[in-house]
Amino acid sequence: MNRDNVKEELMTIIKPFVPDGESIDLSDNQDLINDLKINSAHIVDIVLDIEDKFDINIEDDVIGEMNTVADAVDVVMKKTA
Amino acid sequence: MKKHRVVITGMGVVASNAIGVPSFLEALKQGKSGIQHWEELDKLNLRSQIGGAPSLDTVELTEYLPRLLAAKLTNKGIIYACLAGVEAWKDAGLTPSDEKTDFNSGLIVGSGDLSFDSWINREMPVYPIDRGESRKLGSRTISEGMNSGAAAYLNSILGLGSRIQSNSSACITGSEATLMGYEYLAAGRADRMLCGSTEGDGRYIWAGFDAMRVLCSDSNENPAFGSRPMSASSSGFVPSGGSGALVLETLESAQKRNAKIYAEILGGQVNSGGQREGGTMTAPNSDAVIACIKSAVSNTGINPEEIDLISGHLTSTKGDPIEIRNWSNALGLKGGSFPHVNTPKSMIGHAIAGAGSIELVACALQIKNDFVHTNLNLDQVHPEILEVIDEDRIPKKSKDQEVNTVMKANFGFGDLNCALVLRKFKE
Repeated sequence: MNRDNVKEELMTIIKPFVPDGESIDLSDNQDLINDLKINSAHIVDIVLDIEDKFDINIEDDVIGEMNTVADAVDVVMKKTA
Repeated sequence: MKKHRVVITGMGVVASNAIGVPSFLEALKQGKSGIQHWEELDKLNLRSQIGGAPSLDTVELTEYLPRLLAAKLTNKGIIYACLAGVEAWKDAGLTPSDEKTDFNSGLIVGSGDLSFDSWINREMPVYPIDRGESRKLGSRTISEGMNSGAAAYLNSILGLGSRIQSNSSACITGSEATLMGYEYLAAGRADRMLCGSTEGDGRYIWAGFDAMRVLCSDSNENPAFGSRPMSASSSGFVPSGGSGALVLETLESAQKRNAKIYAEILGGQVNSGGQREGGTMTAPNSDAVIACIKSAVSNTGINPEEIDLISGHLTSTKGDPIEIRNWSNALGLKGGSFPHVNTPKSMIGHAIAGAGSIELVACALQIKNDFVHTNLNLDQVHPEILEVIDEDRIPKKSKDQEVNTVMKANFGFGDLNCALVLRKFKE
């Protein structure tokens, strides 16, 4: 899976959690909590959805590094490589 | 202290035979059953395989809930409460603010068993725990399983800042929530309170009742016939899910904003038989039931002869004749002088903690629209009931007639009683 495909899948997972709606344009450098205003409690749900989607495990210390959309794509790329 | 008058200015309902107040009104008038046979209950060897589950297929959840909740909420008890609550709030002509907290309004929304409900809908999160994978529970196991979950999610939409409370009192939950809201407003503590209750549905909530052998197990082939309160052949209740919500408001507040008024709440009474003197976990102490009804009458200053309609608890069990006798003794009315008596349970089943609020919506609709709704499946009224009241006191067909004063009661596990008096609003 290339980076664009991964990003597209991640968008589908992340978008429902973004308060400003489906219309928002997600760019790589947006911070999930500070820019996209995702409730920090929901990060664990996003991680679980990502794990299910890509059949991977994301450890707690890795979750801490997933700050931006690009970070999340990196994690998935690395885990599925 | 000045007591404020309290009126109902908005309502919402999710029931097994209808979703939304206009559809529910039609369903009550037509005598529509929401009871179905559930294949799954058959496979799982439940004795009773019938029940009522509101159908969300035709509901566009995003019209009521924020996008995230519409997509992610799994607990049906909470979804029903949010749908009914938002409908009631809008019906009252109110719009939630996204920014500001409304400190003049509060809510009391109770539930029976939200945690069982979550288990059903999420393929049992208990399993991840026992597999050592508790991290898979995600972020909503607590908020959707806690007893205050329905109130908390509903208030995430409404943004109210007065008292936010979640009572849990078995089958009286909805009527008790409404009585508590009434008392709070009558005392002048807020302008309006959204009051309601909710219950999910399905095997995890129902199986425990089935094991107690209190459910109807003789109508698996004929589901709509299962729930038959006051019948000679009543054989157990038919469980269902759903939620009702009523916006209660002080008369001053309602008139100031020119709100529509369904009915006035005059007050009521809540008590317990203490699980003594005939009362148990599951059976009522009749003396306490009678005392509760009598106090509701005297608290509200009505004359029993003024009561046009009793909306009973009447679950379709052997307790129905006892309930009718208790009403008769409490009110001092019998035979042809007894008021009309009905319950929506023949149509929607027993929505457990959701029952009281759904049935209160039915009461207010009958007052507002001047009709008494039918009781289905009553070919043969129980002979012990006919020893107390005339048969024509029990509508077997919905009929139009003036309805000014309604008395509503629910009786619940734990030997709990709650009775309320509603009246057509007059200046």
